[in-house]
Parts: sequence; structure tokens; C-alpha cells
Amino acid sequence: MAVKKTPKIGASHAAHEEVAGAATSFNIGAPVRLRFAAFVRSLRANGFAIGLAESHDVLRVFCPIDPADRNALRTSLRCLFASRQADWENFDAIFNAFWFGHGTKGMTRFEDRRRTAPEAQFDTPTNDFPHAPGNGDAKDKPDDGRDPADQHASKERKDARWGGATMQDSLKQTDFRHILNQEELQRAYALAQRLATKMRTRLTRRDKLAQRGRHLDFRRVIHKSIARGGTPIELVFRRRKTKPLRLVILLDASGSMSAYTAVFVRFMHGALDAFKYASTFLFHTHLVDVTRAMTEKDPQRAIDRFSLLSQGVGGGTKIGESLAIFNARHAARTIRSRTAVMIISDGFDTGEPDILAKEMAALRRRCRRIIWLNPMLGWKDYAPEAAGMKAALPFIDLFAPAHNLESLEALEPYLARL
Amino acid sequence: MTTMSLARSEISERLATVGYVADRDLATALWLMDMLRRPLLLEGEAGVGKTEVAKALAKVHAAPLIRLQCYEGLDQNAALYEWNYQRQLLAIKLHDSHGETTEAIEAQIFSEAYLLERPLLAAIRSPTASVLLIDEIDRADDEFEAFLLEVLSDYQVTIPELGTIAARSIPRVVLTSNGTREISDALRRRCLYHYVDFPDQDREVAIIRARYPEIEVALALQVARLIQAIRREDLRKVPGVAETLDFAAALLGLGQSDLAQDPEAVHDLLTTLLKTHEDQARLTREIVERLIAKVA
Repeated sequence: MAVKKTPKIGASHAAHEEVAGAATSFNIGAPVRLRFAAFVRSLRANGFAIGLAESHDVLRVFCPIDPADRNALRTSLRCLFASRQADWENFDAIFNAFWFGHGTKGMTRFEDRRRTAPEAQFDTPTNDFPHAPGNGDAKDKPDDGRDPADQHASKERKDARWGGATMQDSLKQTDFRHILNQEELQRAYALAQRLATKMRTRLTRRDKLAQRGRHLDFRRVIHKSIARGGTPIELVFRRRKTKPLRLVILLDASGSMSAYTAVFVRFMHGALDAFKYASTFLFHTHLVDVTRAMTEKDPQRAIDRFSLLSQGVGGGTKIGESLAIFNARHAARTIRSRTAVMIISDGFDTGEPDILAKEMAALRRRCRRIIWLNPMLGWKDYAPEAAGMKAALPFIDLFAPAHNLESLEALEPYLARL
Repeated sequence: MTTMSLARSEISERLATVGYVADRDLATALWLMDMLRRPLLLEGEAGVGKTEVAKALAKVHAAPLIRLQCYEGLDQNAALYEWNYQRQLLAIKLHDSHGETTEAIEAQIFSEAYLLERPLLAAIRSPTASVLLIDEIDRADDEFEAFLLEVLSDYQVTIPELGTIAARSIPRVVLTSNGTREISDALRRRCLYHYVDFPDQDREVAIIRARYPEIEVALALQVARLIQAIRREDLRKVPGVAETLDFAAALLGLGQSDLAQDPEAVHDLLTTLLKTHEDQARLTREIVERLIAKVA
């Protein structure tokens, strides 16, 4: 462990020599060093990005501080180890828990993992994802007119109907609610993921064909003109940098959406892979940033993170409140000039429609487009009568169905025009 | 052991003499910054006084303040160095008429004499350690941030035509961010971190009095309490410290010594605090009067 090494002596600066000298002469015992190493480990486990340099520095910081002056030690270490607001806010709790054993009971691992290999981690969603079809309570699901006894028969019917080249096309049109067998589900996932990727490549190509900038690259022009006695005959232009399209997805993970959640989680996963800048959130009674959890390498850990969400199940969907959290905490970070916000929800809001309208208006001011995907819009005879949906409608740029893969695909050209 | 607390308290005192009221945590951060020679990243809402930290630090160390304002599209040329193209063109003409070879001309015009310093180069070429303020780093692009990493870790830059330029002095670097964009972990890791919050009531009083020593204590207290109350209202743009000072200055200008004396006038002065139409509409005359009644 890096912390065990002797601290580096700060070079050159006379004022620092003293401090650094004190650091080396102050012989920290092995137990203390080990304790610090353990502290660094526990910070890392809580999502702090701490490199080798900081763990070296901890000794240099520690030496000139009076060990009895807890506060000085705490503030110094926080300054050294925290690197974002969340770290800053969580630090005291972790510090107290580690050194004094306060409040250990309430401690959780703060979700803030580094992005690692973006590999698929919801391979068996029916068993692990709290809202996956087949796992949720039957009463949670929208009435799809089937009972378990019927399922086997329907699978056979589908297997017979789907075959050869048309298989994929039919799958595209199948309402996600009616995809019941594992294999079909996997295919739907794969398609959703591929679709997200396709969306991205199409958009990138557009970026490359964008109009050329009219700014002269003077350095190159001068270089080229030397040989011609300073006459700038060959002009070199600088290309305008295009801002990449960003995508923010807010997915309703409430009971009424359970039949669709798993597929959209796949879609989100694909979008994260494909877009350079994408953020994903899940909400029902509260909002959770799942961007990092979605790219978790260890599937079990990813699912643990998701299970945090299930705490709020049964309280109904509070779209307005969830949006308020998004606007207050995440919008500034995730939304830039070319950002599309995609809300995937059936609009059944148990909160106040006024709050929803207010937050939608705030969101509208920030982002380029709001796309609302409503799986129920694809159902026959559906009209957006829910109070929440009505409140949100005036602020939506595109209100589209998203009950099957074909409807997702239809979005692509729209996104390309952003 | 005492060197530390002394040095830290000294920082607070010296900041106070240049009119910056720092809390203990910030003093610790600045102390660490000097000891570990690392850049300091300040994050927090707009208007909490992040930029002022760098200005005060420059005054404390009597060092030149070099400021790099970041924006979308900021590139190396604007941040580091640029060639003086007009002079280069003229020089090419001149040398060409003397019949010099292309190589000779090239060596001439890409020399120091034609180099224009931009903030980063100026900071590392400064003979004495400067304070380099990289303001609103979150507005710059990712590429620029990556480039900055290199400069801030080695304190040397490479200009293709000239070679490597090593630092003559290591600047004290302060970066600020409003959180418009997520800054990379790599950059965060290289920096010390301090989250600057809105000042609490006592500190706000101290800030007002440090800037306007002539203000009466009672009025400064009223102002601070009113601002704290306004910050708790549901506003789109919460007033920062700069707004507080504007407000106090306006009150002084009107010769007011008590907010309750003329609530109407105070309401009119809210333009110094509220920067959106919506917020101004929200804080109606009645609400303001109620707030004043509470704090006065």
C-alpha cells in the first residue's frame, strides 16, 4: 500500500522544507500508517477517487497537525480526499464512522462508482430486476389479459408464427407486454441496445458533414506562405467544432410500468454505450441517478444498486417531485446546449399536477427538447387523460408511443434533427 | 505541532487584512495548497465568492493575479500562447526582399520576439510565483481540460517551433467551477477540493463590515438576516455575496440606517438582489415587508 512509503520531501520551496523535514523526522508508527491505509480504502469503497499521490500526501498533512486537534485533521483530509460536492458532504459521516465509530449503522455505500467496463449486467432480468415482468406481483402489472396457463400456449403460437427472416420484424411490432419468453426478451434487449447504437452513429455522421468553419488557421497559413514570400496564397480553415448531442433519460420504474421497464433499461444501457454523453435516471417516488450503476462491471453489484429503488415501491409515482430533484441536483451537470431529455413514463402521477407542470416548465427552459415516451400511447383507444399527463403535455416537444421496438426506431430521425 | 495552527491562523488573519473573511476550512485549504503545492478546486453556487478567493490570495502574497476565463471553445492558443501574425507577415516580406532562404526566415519569425504570451504561459514564465486563476473551468471543453492536466502537473509547455519552456516559478493555481458540467476525475484528483457555501449570518455580517467599514453594526446585521431569509425563499437565482454587497452599498447610498424605517425603499432596492423577472414577481411588497418585520 502506497501509504506505507516514506513521504516525499517537497523540493525547492524553503518554507516547505521545514514542514516536509518535520514530516520525515516525525516517525509515524506502523499502526497509524496502517490505520490511514485502511481509511483510504474505506473512502475508496465509498466512491472517492483517491490516487497514490493523495495517500502519500496524507502523511505530510498528518505530521504537522496536533493529533488531538480532530477538527484540523478532518478538514485537512476532507480537502485532500474529496473531489466533488457529494464527497464533500459525505466525508464527515465516513470520517466519524471510521475514526470514532459514530453512526456506523446508518452508513451505506454511496453510489458513485467509477465507470468501468460497460458490459451488459442484466442478463437475467426476470430474476433480478425488481420490476421485470415475471418477477413483480401480478397485480402490479397492467392487465394484459393473460393468465399463466395461457402463456405456454401463446409461446408456442408465437414460435410457429415467427420464423425465418420476418422474425425480427414481427418482434419489432410486438408490444413489450406480450414478450414473455426468455429468448424473445433477449432478442428484444439486443435490438434495443443496437437501436441506441444506431441512433448514435447516424447522428455522428451528420456532425461530420456539418458546415465548415470560416475561421482562418493563421499558424498554418503563415507556415505555408513563407515559401511564397509571405503572400498567403493557400488558406487553411479551421473547422467548426460540433457539439455532440447529449441524451438524458428519465425512466419511470413504477409498478404500472413494470412490463416495460426491463426493455427500457436495456435501451438506456445501449444509449450509455453509444452516446459519449448520456445520463440515466430511474424514478417512481424518488429519483436515482443510475448512470454509474448501469456501467457497473459486477452485475450483482449493479442489481444491488437498483434494489435501492424498490424501497419506494407502493407509494405511487411522483413524477413532479422526481423532476424537481432532477432540476435541482442533476440538471446543471447533465444538461448543456444540445441536450435532449427523454422521459419514459405512462404519466400516472400520484403527486400534485401543479408541481409537475412547474417542474416541466423549469426543465423546458433548460434543455433543447423534451421527448416523452408513453408506452400506453401505442394501445388502442388510449387518450392521455391522466391528470399528470395533461399537466405535462404543454411542455413536451414530442409525445410518442414506445410500446414496441418499431416505435423506438421511429424516433431516430427526430433525434437526428436536434 | 504549533507551526500548523499558527500558519493556518496566519492565513485567516492575512486574508482579513485584505478584506476577505475566510472560514477555518478555507484557511486550511489554502494552507494545504501551499504545503502540498497543488492546485485548489473551488466549487459552489454562482456568487459565493470563489473568484474573490484568488484575488485575495494574490493580495496576501503580493503576487500578480493572472486570470484565465474559460469558455466553450477555448483552445490552447488562446490560453497558452499565440504568434503575432501581423508582425510575422511583415517580417517575411522584409527578409524575403533581402533574398534570405526559407529556413532562415522560418527560424527568425518563430522566435520569442514574435510570441504573444497568454495567461498560462505568462503564469509559468513569471519571475515570481503568481496566482493563476482558472475561472469557470466547467465551461471549457473536455479537450482543454485534458491539456490543462499536462500543464498543471509538469509546469512546462512545449511550443513546437520553439521547444520546451520550463517554469520559472510555480504559480499558485485556483480553479473555480459552478457545476455546469461534470469535471473529469483526472482533474479533480490532481486538485485539492473545497466546496464554497453561502456564508452563514455571522460571516456575512463580517463580510459586509469588511467591505463597508462605515456601516452600522445593527444595519449590517439586519441586511445579513434579510439576505439569509431571502435565500430560504424558493427563488430561481439565489442572491450571492456580491449581491449582498451591492444591496448594502445601495442602502448606504440612500442613507438608510434601519430597514424597517422605509420598507418601500428596501423593496425598490431588491433589483440589486433579484436577477430574474420571476423572482422579482415572487417577492411581492407584502412578502418583503413581512421579511423585514422579522429581521428588523
